[in-house]
Amino acid sequence: MRVRVDGAEHVAERGQTVAAVLLAAGRGSWRTTRIGGRPRGLFCGIGVCFDCLVVVNGVPDVRACQRVVADGDDIRSQDGAELPS
Amino acid sequence: MRRVVVVGGGPAGMAAAKAAASCGVEVVLIDAAPKLGGQYHRQDARESGDRFKLPDGVEHLAESVVWAIEPILEGHRVHVRTGPADGPDRTGRAIETRALVLATGAYDWTPPFPGWDLPGVYTAGAAQAMAKGQGVAVGERVIVAGTGPFLLPVATSLIDAGSRVSAILEANDPVAGFAARPGGALAGWTKAGELAQYGAALARHDVPLRRRCAVIAALGEDRVEAVLAARLDEDWNPVPHTMRRFEVDAVAVGFGFTPQLESAVAARCEIEGGFVAVNAAQGTSVPGVFAAGELTGIGGADLAAAEGAVAGAAAAKRLGAKVRAPIGAMRRARVGRRFAAALAEAYPVRPGWRGWLRDGTIVCRCEEVAYGEIRHAVEDLDVGGARSLKLATRAGLGLCQGRICGRNVAELASLPDAADAFARRPVAVPVRLGELAEDVPVDEAP
Amino acid sequence: MGRIESADVVVIGAGIIGAACAEALSAAGVRVIVVDRGAPASATTASGEGNVLVSDKEPGPQLELAVASRRRWPVLLDELRELIGPRLASVEWEVKGGLAVATTAEAVGPLAALTAAQRASGVEVEDLDADRARELEPHLTEQITAVSHFPDDAQLQPVLATAALLAALRARGGEIHSGVTVDGIATDRSGAVVGARTGADAIPCRAVVNACGPWAGHFSATIGAPIDVLPRRGMVLVTAPLPRFVGRKVYDAGYVDAVASPEADLRTSAVVESTAAGTVLIGSSRRRTAFDDDLDVAVLRCLARGAIGLFPKLAGVPVMRAYGGFRPYTPDRLPVIGEDPRMPGLWHATGHEGAGIGLAAATGRLLADLFTGREPVVDPGPFRVDRPEIALEA
Repeated sequence: MRVRVDGAEHVAERGQTVAAVLLAAGRGSWRTTRIGGRPRGLFCGIGVCFDCLVVVNGVPDVRACQRVVADGDDIRSQDGAELPS
Repeated sequence: MRRVVVVGGGPAGMAAAKAAASCGVEVVLIDAAPKLGGQYHRQDARESGDRFKLPDGVEHLAESVVWAIEPILEGHRVHVRTGPADGPDRTGRAIETRALVLATGAYDWTPPFPGWDLPGVYTAGAAQAMAKGQGVAVGERVIVAGTGPFLLPVATSLIDAGSRVSAILEANDPVAGFAARPGGALAGWTKAGELAQYGAALARHDVPLRRRCAVIAALGEDRVEAVLAARLDEDWNPVPHTMRRFEVDAVAVGFGFTPQLESAVAARCEIEGGFVAVNAAQGTSVPGVFAAGELTGIGGADLAAAEGAVAGAAAAKRLGAKVRAPIGAMRRARVGRRFAAALAEAYPVRPGWRGWLRDGTIVCRCEEVAYGEIRHAVEDLDVGGARSLKLATRAGLGLCQGRICGRNVAELASLPDAADAFARRPVAVPVRLGELAEDVPVDEAP
Repeated sequence: MGRIESADVVVIGAGIIGAACAEALSAAGVRVIVVDRGAPASATTASGEGNVLVSDKEPGPQLELAVASRRRWPVLLDELRELIGPRLASVEWEVKGGLAVATTAEAVGPLAALTAAQRASGVEVEDLDADRARELEPHLTEQITAVSHFPDDAQLQPVLATAALLAALRARGGEIHSGVTVDGIATDRSGAVVGARTGADAIPCRAVVNACGPWAGHFSATIGAPIDVLPRRGMVLVTAPLPRFVGRKVYDAGYVDAVASPEADLRTSAVVESTAAGTVLIGSSRRRTAFDDDLDVAVLRCLARGAIGLFPKLAGVPVMRAYGGFRPYTPDRLPVIGEDPRMPGLWHATGHEGAGIGLAAATGRLLADLFTGREPVVDPGPFRVDRPEIALEA
């Protein structure tokens, strides 16, 4: 499967989560907090903490650790609070 | 038509579904993951197929979240969205039932410490999930810290995924803890051998296990570059002049588990000491609602499965099915609970962790609320109740709804009954307004 | 807790109304003790949006009180800042303005009638065309038939405001006792109040103020001077934090109608606004109920639909929380503020329904005016306790 991560194409395996694709691509963080602008990435890994938010296909506030990638997904870092496009 | 609804697809939920189905009732099992197993029996998501198979008569709703539980006359209406996680195009469905089994499990408890919000700090569960479920190591050089036997399999999973584990820091001294308890506490624990295997594997990789030690700060600008570890006294206060720096790019922290309570709270189940109160048949204080697994107390997969089998049978019985008393499962549950009590005693949480915080340490990660702000609200504004403290500081008001910070805020502010107050989440997981606005089909109570 | 000393007045209930009464009394030199069975600002106050509105009130005594309170709040906040310092007195006060939006042809007439009457009562109202409205609120729906702008509508954070009022009370030597339940009133032979009973003890005082909010009716009945105050439940949805989305309080022009409705069954009407934290709050529903806080998904669905009707873009935004609160409802929709002639020394300050945060400043002032015999800030007549709609037979 092919997905885009911040514009760059990556190969992903079926069943992988967005978080796994991002970590495997060497990305430790993919979101900034809306108040302090601090980087965040995976924390709890099981859908509880909502720290690993990412924009998938224009939809923000998606938990990277819960979302399973689909072929052609457009994955983008989330900058603070965002509105859906 | 008689229908049991089971929430959760881990050991407890699977056992409940099997037990209920074997009594001839229809079962719907709802779970967020694509595959069964929960956190304990996490499957590699990249392999095809499901290692676990549920009997005929069980409808497995995978990739499905229960976002609300609504009490109705003589039962509950369970609101479900099915589809890609957090996506706007999921399918909605509401399922009514007179026999609801909650098996929603638990998640890692992590006390806050300076730098714990840096990328590269993971819960032990995250490190485990990524390694076992996705084949990804969260770091190259990793330190594992916290308390409890779970740290050992986490460390071995990390090694299997390719990490170098610098050390395991165990905040307690479990040998002393077990010794303090009368003999036989661990009788019947089938996992003892398993733990020994983990120990052997870690010894092979020269991973030192340091007792009475903890990571008390993570260092780095935009990600973890090192951690500070210290020896702890009996109350978990750092012992002066014992600080040691570990150069790592990741730290996996786990200090035990917090139950995922909101479904039980929504169903109005009584909570006791932070867990759902149940009777010998796993019945909660609410007729027709049963709870099994970590929701009722932290005790591991075997206990969860035993409780699940009891709960499933009890739920079927509630619907009028002819049920043989699950005597074997009840016995296993009793043994399991003895072990759980021994475990809790061997790996307690001590209050000294509060001293690891600085005023600037983030406590609520979502809303970026620092410890100093919570102190200001409590000491200067005299804010006392959980609800008003949340509103005054915004701690617990973010997207995780206090799952991560609730227990910590409650302890730091000395709030009573906080488990319940912070677990009141009528909207259990976020749903998009467009989803909420939809009319959804309702499977009515038979 | 040790034994509580005596006071002139014991205020029962540490919500914003109780806190405002206590603050105003203490400012007039009265010695006040506030008691609450729970923690301050932890019930109705904590589930309020913090509205300080003039736009949603029908002309009459309610609007008069609202106008007086809107005028009083900024003055009061200045006084608090002076007394307890800016940090403790910081309550997120914001004059954000309100927009009443009609989206159907039928809603145009009633909105025009309401604004005409409000103007006549001295409320500033500006009629906008759809383009101007969308300039102010770019995400607003295109289906606009009429819009009125109320520049004076304001907002504050109710828990912080209550904490500030109580801090002022403390600074003047008053006391606040959490976790203390008043279960009776001690009276002398003539039937006048001489104390507030807390189990075996009593706090000696010459007056008590029933500021128990939705529980005021229940409390008044237990002490033998019943007033007709009942809980009505409101629900609010909270979205995930968003970048600047809506600047004002924006509501469907049907809102006033829903708030003013006396019917028990469900009324919802869209009210959408942002908080300082970036979340968007979506109200508003009213359902008269017992103290039943079960979730009702049908209510959430109505709120979601209403909000999307005003702001279509919200459809893709996550709702992360829903909260409900009980509001003290009276049959004639007016608060109860004053002394109870059936029991000298018993005062009531309750019945503000969903408007208590906004009305608190003038309510406290009015109660203190009446207590000390000053010229009242507004005509107290419409709020008196012995009106037939309120005073029940013991």
